Amino acid sequence: MSLEVFARNLDASTPLTPLVRQARDLTVRRFGLTMQLFAPLYLSNACINTCTYCGFSRPNAIARRTLTEAELSREMDHVAHEGFRHLLLVSGEDPRESSLDYLERAVRLAHGRFASVSIEVAPLDEAGYRRMLAAGAEGVVVYQEAYDRNAYAAVHTAGPKKDYDARLKAPQTAARAGMRRLGIGALLGLAPWKQEAMALAGHALRLQKTAWRSTLTLSLPRLRPAAGDFVPAHPVSDEDLVRLIAALRLLLPDAGIVLSTREAPELRDRLALAGVTMMSAGSRTEPGGYEEPEKAEGQFELSDARSPAEVAERLRSLGLDPVWKDWDAALLAT
Amino acid sequence: MAPDPLRIAGREFTSRLFLGTGKFPSVAAMQAAVEASGTRIVTVALRRVDLDAPEEPLLKALDATKLLILPNTSGANDAEEAVRLAKLARAAGLPSWIKLEVTPDPRTLLPDPVETLKAAEILVKLGFTVLPYINADPVLAKRLQDVGTATVMPLAAPIGTSKGLRTRDAIAIIIEQATVPVVVDAGLGAPSHAAEALEMGADAVLVNTAIAVARDPAAMAAAFRKGVEAGREAYLSGLAPERSTAEASSPRQGTLGARG
Repeated sequence: MSLEVFARNLDASTPLTPLVRQARDLTVRRFGLTMQLFAPLYLSNACINTCTYCGFSRPNAIARRTLTEAELSREMDHVAHEGFRHLLLVSGEDPRESSLDYLERAVRLAHGRFASVSIEVAPLDEAGYRRMLAAGAEGVVVYQEAYDRNAYAAVHTAGPKKDYDARLKAPQTAARAGMRRLGIGALLGLAPWKQEAMALAGHALRLQKTAWRSTLTLSLPRLRPAAGDFVPAHPVSDEDLVRLIAALRLLLPDAGIVLSTREAPELRDRLALAGVTMMSAGSRTEPGGYEEPEKAEGQFELSDARSPAEVAERLRSLGLDPVWKDWDAALLAT
Repeated sequence: MAPDPLRIAGREFTSRLFLGTGKFPSVAAMQAAVEASGTRIVTVALRRVDLDAPEEPLLKALDATKLLILPNTSGANDAEEAVRLAKLARAAGLPSWIKLEVTPDPRTLLPDPVETLKAAEILVKLGFTVLPYINADPVLAKRLQDVGTATVMPLAAPIGTSKGLRTRDAIAIIIEQATVPVVVDAGLGAPSHAAEALEMGADAVLVNTAIAVARDPAAMAAAFRKGVEAGREAYLSGLAPERSTAEASSPRQGTLGARG
């Protein structure tokens, strides 16, 4: 399919129902009647960046916390006990609090307990990604947030994250280092969504050619209320989000599409049948939040408070097999 | 018809249909399809099972007394990864049979011929019974037989596409030259595709997506079973050769024409 057809599918004049049906058929054919589940685990909310939409933004007077190894172990045990075998380690950017050494230790700790470990941290250089891979991380998530350069500059006002291009090239760098799973995405609400969707699609198509050994996953988080009271300039409706996910599926039949607990249960059900292939469940977005909720500030508010077991049960009732393990740690030479 | 078992590496199987266990909506749906298909060989992706878990649900759902559980190395990017996975499976007590899949491109899941051959050589030396998934490449098939693989498993079409025997001509050469069973793997979307492969002389087929994502997986499994059986019986009975001109099934000579 061409980007032209993709653009047409994004337009409200293209009927939504047949679009979603096609997206569902294609998803079932490629991924089966399954939904892969994963848990995010926040390491630190210390951050040197000023990003006006983010709860962790530097100027926000919030309770900051960086987990010790003992705390990390307890958090990992907690999510493993809930059944998760895929873990996403998330951290704010702060070279003193979450240094490369710290991240490497966290990955090593997780590698022994989870089948798949991915990281969502500030962009690293190739050597940095190689260290993470050697420690047991197979995936890297770096959302561009806003593909529109002006919108990007308007919300990333201080700190290393101001560098748009450094962020944009990070997934390719991670692939060069040998990372097997690349997560890209746009934070919806910062710029007009159709324009962002076109840019994300272009980025994805390019990566599929250049990073051909890596599995690509896409994520379309919508801005949620967070500390700092940011109001998104370009809100995206539920209908728009369904359309966008269905259209992305039709353009990129093989890409994983990821959905977080930012969205409410009813909409998550709809999206599970419109192209989404991976979901988080029972998430906490504050470091230490699984064992000690609300001791530190979360990154954003969540809309789906169901437990992982409840989400799995709901997926079964939708005719989808919840998949907890779809990777093996033994695949990596660590 | 006399019993006609499939023989691979000294073992006999009463079915010529291998079944993949991915993509099913539930373990129960997978079990029902296994039952209805009559299969005796089921493939299981090692990356999907928890070999450390005592009650691994997928493995628990398969009756190892009736079925050969054939672990596959899907997810492996190169020979080294495939070998590592195979060793892990054997160490966990799975049979030392391995369906070798080395698919570095996660989009098309097309097999890497160079790494597949390399891995096959290592695994055969390690005592594994190796069933390699390959492109329909007759020379590669011969190279793999030379290093001692138990079968060759050429693809009919890219995995999950249901396009049928797109590689028909190359598969015909592979069958003609084979000294080991030829199992047509990937891309078979309908029972008629499976029948066609068996009619050509393929020894067996492997099906997953077409059954797993059917509205009624068990009924589709039964349909594939019939397709495989029909194809095999036709092959054994001797198909009429194709001709370029018509030939009447009731020749006129000696019937109506005989009067004049």
